[in-house]
Order: sequence, then structure tokens, then C-alpha cells
Amino acid sequence: MESAILAGLNGLILGFSNFGWGQAVMILIGSLLLYLGIGKGFEPLLLLPIGFGAILVNIPLAGLMDQGGVLRFFYDTGVLTEIFPILIFIGIGAMTDFQPLLENPKIILLGAAGQFGIFLTLLLALALGFDKLEAVAIGIIGACDGPTSIYVSSKYAPHLLGAVSVAAYSYMSLVPIIQPPIMRLLTTEGEKKIVMGIVKQPVSKTTKILFPVVVTVAASLVAPFGTPLIGMVMLGNLMKECGVVERLKQASENEITNIVTLLLGLSIGATMEAEKFLRVETIIVLVLGLIAIGLDTAVGVLLGKLMCFLTGGKINPLIGAAGISAFPMSARVVQVEGQKYNKKSYLLMHAMSANAGGQIGSIIAAAVMLSVLKGMGMG
Amino acid sequence: MAIPVTAPMVGKILKIEKKVGDQVEEDEVVVVMEAMKMEIPIVAPVSGTIKEIKVSPGQAVQAEDILAEIG
Repeated sequence: MESAILAGLNGLILGFSNFGWGQAVMILIGSLLLYLGIGKGFEPLLLLPIGFGAILVNIPLAGLMDQGGVLRFFYDTGVLTEIFPILIFIGIGAMTDFQPLLENPKIILLGAAGQFGIFLTLLLALALGFDKLEAVAIGIIGACDGPTSIYVSSKYAPHLLGAVSVAAYSYMSLVPIIQPPIMRLLTTEGEKKIVMGIVKQPVSKTTKILFPVVVTVAASLVAPFGTPLIGMVMLGNLMKECGVVERLKQASENEITNIVTLLLGLSIGATMEAEKFLRVETIIVLVLGLIAIGLDTAVGVLLGKLMCFLTGGKINPLIGAAGISAFPMSARVVQVEGQKYNKKSYLLMHAMSANAGGQIGSIIAAAVMLSVLKGMGMG
Repeated sequence: MAIPVTAPMVGKILKIEKKVGDQVEEDEVVVVMEAMKMEIPIVAPVSGTIKEIKVSPGQAVQAEDILAEIG
């Protein structure tokens, strides 16, 4: 009897006796993510569940990521199958207004330039010795798009999912800090002060309805293996623009996105077990992700400079920085920077066009990459 | 001749910083508007006196709408 009681009591200290420094560090990292989300307001909808998931999965013996564990179930059914990011894409489509892009279609070029960081970082990761699929997952942080990064890394390098997602979401929030120095460095005083005219081109409802359908068909024919991404974003957008399925649109942008965001965040946090996350690899991924976003910004601004030159000074190169997917943070950064140098400069709507281009650009870049890899027999 | 202060984009008026008769310097904020959940200060294109304010806080405006006139 006494020994049974002692054995029972022993069960209460097992958690402590199995608690290692790695788990302690990860619980601190999880808490840091909670602090960034709650205290600093950085992407709280994701950092809160990710941070808490990271804490839960590092409790010794709790087994949440073991076979049959609750987080394992979410991860296996939602992340490994890619269902969660795909569902989020429908919500993103339902929330995105492509009007600024349709008003000013040539700006989409900047949205393409903003993706160069993906490819440059991919090369850098290869040079550092990551294998090809890992390099793809790391490069995609340069899309500056959380769900795209999650989708691609869960497909090719699920063991890097935690690091890639944390990098993608943290850097998206840090866009107002990362971008301005690069923008300042690459533009001349004269370029920074360029005032861009008002864009006031009406966009018909028919155009807005046709846009998602045409983009889906055209982009999917070019990059068929990216169809799940493009198709779902455009489905969401079609539901938004057609105006006849308000309930589905509402469900996509609210209920579905909210539920999936919660489960996706927890699942990502659940990949952050101490022995998997506390590696030099993770730090390299975080650094490469930062480089990716810096390169996107630089290439975007450089293309902006080229467009400025070709148009005889009608385009302010600063808007090139908004050719990434971090919407609308990046466009806001451009507005604030532009007005610092010329109070009469209102770049917001132009930057919004580039930013919307960046959203499509990041998805298409990912789609192209998926198709190329499939073509190479690696998909 | 009055010089108009125009809205550079579609949005909503948040605050009117000047009143009729006020002296303004070039680049001084006349109106603050909100677009894409962001506050955008709209400045005077020239120095002068505010002749007329044509909008009020909360009002929705289109791009190129005249917000005020400077004489």
C-alpha cells in the first residue's frame, strides 16, 4: 500500500525530473512569442497560438505531439495534408481588394520584382549547404506571406516549418523597421521627392469578377502545381466581388479563417520541440529569411528606379518596396517614407497597387517554384 | 485666384486643422484624412489664407475632391 502511494506521488514529480534545459529554453521562446503578440501587437492572431503551442509541446511526458496526441492530430490532418493553409487562402482571397492593381496594371511589375528575394535566398541557402527542398522552404520566406511560406515548407521541409513560420510572421510585422533603411539607401533625394499623379481609373464590376477567373486559368496553365494556392485565393476573391454569395464570403473571411488560424498556429507551435528547434539551422533560417525580405525590398526599389527612368521621372521608386506580399503594411511604409521627403507626396494608393501585385506575385512565384520542382521530379 | 487643396485619394475626413481666415504656410497640414486605415496629413500646396473649408470630419471624399481653398 505504502509503495503504491509512493509510486503515485512519484508520478507527480516525473514532469520535473524529465524537464531539461532545452524545454526550458523553448518555453521561454514560446513566452517571447506570446509577448510579441500580446504586448507588442505583432501578428497576435498567429503568434499567440504558435507561442502557446510551443509551450505545450515542450512539457515533458505530456505527449501532445506523440501518436494519438491532440496537437499531433491537428498537425497530421491539417498541416501535413496542406488543408489548413489552403483554407486560409480562401479567406485571404475573400479579404483582398485587387482594385488598386486593376486601376494601375503596369504596377504589377513591381509585384514581380518583390519576389526576387525568394530566388536569391534559395541560391544562398543552397550555397550554405541546405538541401534543395530545404532551400526552397527557406527562400519562400521572401514571399513575405505567412500562408504561402507554411504551404511550401509543409510540403518540402516540414522539419523547418516552425522556424520558417516564425520568421515569416515576425518579419512581416517588422516590415516598417526592415524596409525604410534599404529604401533610403537605394534612392536619390530627387527620386524620393517625386509626386505621383492621382490614379482615378474606374474599374467595372465585370472586370472585378472576370479577374479572379482569368488569373486562375492563366496562372494555373503556366504553373499547374500551384493551382491549389492560386485557385483558392481567387475563389475567395470571386465570392467577394460577385456580391451574390455574401454568406460564403463572410464564412470564409470570418469563421473558416478564424478556426483554421487557431488550429494552424497551434500546429506550427507544436513543431517547435526543443530537440528539433534548438539547432544552428534554425538561426540560419531566421537570418536567411531576413536577408530574403531585404533583397525583395532592394530589387523592388531598383525596378522602381528603372521604371522611374523609363517614364521620365513619373514613378517614385519608393513604391517598389511595396511589391511584397505584406499587405497593407508595406504600402503604409511607403506612404510614410514618401511624405517624410516631400509633404505633398501621397504614394499610398500607388503603393497599394504594388502591394496587391506583390500578393499575387508571391503566390505565383510559389506556384512557379512548385511546378519547376515537380518538373525536376522533386515535387 | 483661389488654390484648391484636393484629396489625393479616396477616404474619409478625420480632422480639420485650420479654419477660415487662418494663415497657412506651404506644406502646413490643413486636413487629416483617413485612407486604408491610415492617417494621411493633407498639406497646403501654397502659402496663403484659408478662404473656404468644404468638408467636415466624418465625411467621405473621392480622389480630387476639393477639401479647402487657399487665397
